[in-house]
Amino acid sequence: MTILDVKNLKKYFPIHKGLLRKLVGHVKAVDDVSFSVARGETLALVGESGCGKTTASRCIMRALQPSSGEINITIDGKTTDLAPLQKAELKPFRRHMQMVFQDPFSSLNPRMMVGDLIAEPLLINGMDNESERRARVRELLDLVSLPTAYMNRFPHAFSGGQRQRIGIARALALNPSLIVADEPVSALDVSVQAQIINLLLDLQDRLGLSYLFVAHDLSVVKHVSDRVAVMYLGQLVEIAPTEALFVTPRHPYTEALLSAVPKPDPRARQERIILSREVADAANPPSGCAFHPRCSFATDQCKSERPHLQDLGQGHQVRCHHARTLALQGVGPSV
Amino acid sequence: MPPILMVDLMTTSQPLLSVKNLKTYFALDDGVVKAVDGVSFDIHAGRTLGIVGESGCGKSITARTILGIVDRPGRIEGGEIWLTRQAEDGTPYQTDLLTLPLEGSEMRAIRGKEIALVFQEPMASFSHYYTVGNQIMESILLHTALGEEGARQRAIDLLGMVGVPKPERRIDDYPFQLSGGLRQRVMIAMALACDPHVLIADEPTTALDVTTQAQVLNLLQTIQKERALSVILITHDMGVIAEMADDVVVMYLGRAVERGPVDAIFYDPKHPYTKALLRSIPSITAKPRTKLATLEGSIPHPFARPKGCPFHPRCAEAIKGVCDRYEPVPIAQGEGRDVSCFLYGGQP
Amino acid sequence: MSTDQTSREEQFAVATQWQLTWWRFRKHKLAVLSGLIVIAFYIIVLFADFFAYADPHATDSRRSHIPPQTIHFFDDGAFKPYVHGLTQKRDLRTFKLSYQIDPDRKVYLDVFAEGYRYNLFGLIPSSTHLLGLKNAQPEDGIFLLGTDLVGRDLWSRIMVATRISLTIGLAGVTVSLFLGVLLGGLSAVYGGVVDMMIQRLIEILRSMPTIPLWMGLAAALPNTWTVIQVYLAITIIISFLGWTDLARVVRGKFLALRNEDFIAAAELAGASQFRIIFHHMLPSFLSHIIAATSLALPAMIISETSLSFLGLGLRPPAISWGILLQDAQNIETLALAPWLLAAAVPVIIIILAFNFLGDGLRDAADPYG
Repeated sequence: MTILDVKNLKKYFPIHKGLLRKLVGHVKAVDDVSFSVARGETLALVGESGCGKTTASRCIMRALQPSSGEINITIDGKTTDLAPLQKAELKPFRRHMQMVFQDPFSSLNPRMMVGDLIAEPLLINGMDNESERRARVRELLDLVSLPTAYMNRFPHAFSGGQRQRIGIARALALNPSLIVADEPVSALDVSVQAQIINLLLDLQDRLGLSYLFVAHDLSVVKHVSDRVAVMYLGQLVEIAPTEALFVTPRHPYTEALLSAVPKPDPRARQERIILSREVADAANPPSGCAFHPRCSFATDQCKSERPHLQDLGQGHQVRCHHARTLALQGVGPSV
Repeated sequence: MPPILMVDLMTTSQPLLSVKNLKTYFALDDGVVKAVDGVSFDIHAGRTLGIVGESGCGKSITARTILGIVDRPGRIEGGEIWLTRQAEDGTPYQTDLLTLPLEGSEMRAIRGKEIALVFQEPMASFSHYYTVGNQIMESILLHTALGEEGARQRAIDLLGMVGVPKPERRIDDYPFQLSGGLRQRVMIAMALACDPHVLIADEPTTALDVTTQAQVLNLLQTIQKERALSVILITHDMGVIAEMADDVVVMYLGRAVERGPVDAIFYDPKHPYTKALLRSIPSITAKPRTKLATLEGSIPHPFARPKGCPFHPRCAEAIKGVCDRYEPVPIAQGEGRDVSCFLYGGQP
Repeated sequence: MSTDQTSREEQFAVATQWQLTWWRFRKHKLAVLSGLIVIAFYIIVLFADFFAYADPHATDSRRSHIPPQTIHFFDDGAFKPYVHGLTQKRDLRTFKLSYQIDPDRKVYLDVFAEGYRYNLFGLIPSSTHLLGLKNAQPEDGIFLLGTDLVGRDLWSRIMVATRISLTIGLAGVTVSLFLGVLLGGLSAVYGGVVDMMIQRLIEILRSMPTIPLWMGLAAALPNTWTVIQVYLAITIIISFLGWTDLARVVRGKFLALRNEDFIAAAELAGASQFRIIFHHMLPSFLSHIIAATSLALPAMIISETSLSFLGLGLRPPAISWGILLQDAQNIETLALAPWLLAAAVPVIIIILAFNFLGDGLRDAADPYG
């Protein structure tokens, strides 16, 4: 059963120039992105900085107004498109989708006690009884394995990992069905990162949550996700079940991305695939396939013709003209 | 072109740089932070030493201490840093950098010329008001006999060598006109401007995307091979260490807990911290949705460094009455290998 | 770990931002000292007439240009402060009065003495003053800082001037603060055209040369206005330019905060705009506003002082620091009565104190910065 179904999502930022702020073009931060998340599933949205993954997730949360497209969310069997809704109309849906942020320092108001921080969504959404709220906060602290005695402390007393737990508790306060996690572990130290990854997996099993997991670290993604969507310059270039994407990538960019990840094994040193050049400017994307200037397999067709997302079966979709003929190297298989 | 000097130094068995029992403390209002507390290691010519650890372990302060650029209120409290150098007639001799005045002319000559540094965030280490060419040339003019014209030509050559496209045009760009990856390349070009023997790279790829990181790591490897450069690579990423380092120092809260060749560290870790750290790294070949082994607790605040072995509160193998009381000393574990842990002897 | 350390950590863990700010501020010794000085000055503002001992408006041609007196604290080895009496002589060639200390006559000082009548806070009639004389003859007096040409006591006048100069600064800053928070906040919250118009207005105001603008505005004040009316008008004139800085601080903080994830988190939890602004944003930059205010105050005080000094601000019979310094304008007076410059001392002290205090507050306001 699908909980989130994103269709043809676009977010264009206008570029103004000169004294009169004349409109000279658009940055296509998210350009026609479609995917869905099933109930209880984790979809990872991966890509490098500027690929549009964060913008896409903020549009889905409706922290940004999408330029066009649909954001269908299914709650209790009823599907609603969030894209055209006004701020006030969104409020009843907010409780069903919550966000976990990247920076555990900026995401907690330093002037509020932990108990009040976690209780805020409850208060806003009509839980007026204070003792009820406190009981719920205790429950939530317990859920993220923090001592309930921490309620009266302020965020400055906590380490990055503990703050991230507080952020997760706040996101869970309203019993949401969907959690959008924007790089939730990338600001943490390795030893703490593992704790938070485990906590997220654990909570998913216990509460039946669905995750949209935005990340750049493919090793982390491998541990948490059921399916992976790879973005490049605002477009989805490949989407597949995790194992299939890592072992048999079908897009040259995914292959390069996998190859570039440093492997923590000194005996497995190998030639990395080094992409030439840098990511193109999103305000001025290349013609044809956006990846062609950096792609070693590019042909004339790639330069002129924009590829469509084609279905290769078994949930594997890829935006490449030569997806069926290229023999690309993945990592794994899993051990 | 690698200078002849390198060949001479490579034939000696002396380490190029030998750090012994280094200590750098920060005296703050709330107490003393022992940012680096007794760290020792050797770097041989043409090899890469990786210093790895999590936040607050003191890896960056170690690099800054070697160059004598610790910011106040930090103070180098003790230790020795022996740099092997070459006299006019070619005979090698050694200098303890800590005996030189920090702002003296000799130390300034060593910084940049013999030991160069590449920072994590290139934008913060460039001036916004000068072109990248000016900034590279500054160091060349300062440390060599080349004139303005020669320095410019050398700067263009360097930019070409680190893979900056159209270097003769890029040399007149300002840092903000370059992408993160190009800035890091320029930073490396700048560090190489005076043919240093030792290059310290402090998290050189942390701010970069993974494909750009691959480009920069490749560049560092190529340059190192061409010039027989000694590299000290400081990072928190065990993956980067596995791919780049020959020898590894693992640090935790200011102490070097384990030291050894890269293969031994990854395949035969001794210290409980190293073991736990390696187990907790997410792996790209893991089965989807598998939990990780975790290291309990969080890294203590440097103010509240635990007594005894700083790792003991998180250590599953801690010996009660020993690890929480006494500080372990490095115990040799074969050639080039030592571990600071009571599990390997060295009773208090 | 010792229990002492644990309780200290516990205390830190539950400390509010105000406590953290106070702990940081406390470490800044110069700022704490400056804070005490500022408090002392505002105590003088509240009880100016009490600290004065002579009617600041009372003229007496026989007391023209008396130099500052020395207070002797010990008499016969006991603490018994006194001043010597004065005898005056007129130089028959220059017709200038000169004063000689009469070493035989001791006039003892008294505290909480009776003196001229005044209304405390403008309401409570009183005649108690901090200082007075015990066994005084009518011609005796205290002249701690000397007198001016028409025989008014400078110390008493400085006390009363402090009241006007410091309250006008405070009133000016209040008006500026109101305008700054309102317009800066509007600018940040609405953005777009509103933001552009407010920002251009700020730029235009800031590009105007201050002194000529003030002169123009002050010159437009009708001569017939009462002291109170002029006082209010001057307040508005000096805050007219002062709000721009505060508006910029507010706008900058607002925009910076809007990008903080905790604001986004509140929005995504369904919080209203009102709750976000008043519950999350305002408390976050209140401390910055306080710091900015204490840095803006000295500019206000200087403004009033300069305007009055140039004769464009308050006019006698009002007494302010600027008006007192007017007396020290010509070189002849300075040569004859250099003590009149003493009126500049409180100006310098309070300006420095406000600056140090503001710096200390600014540093302390951000416990993480």
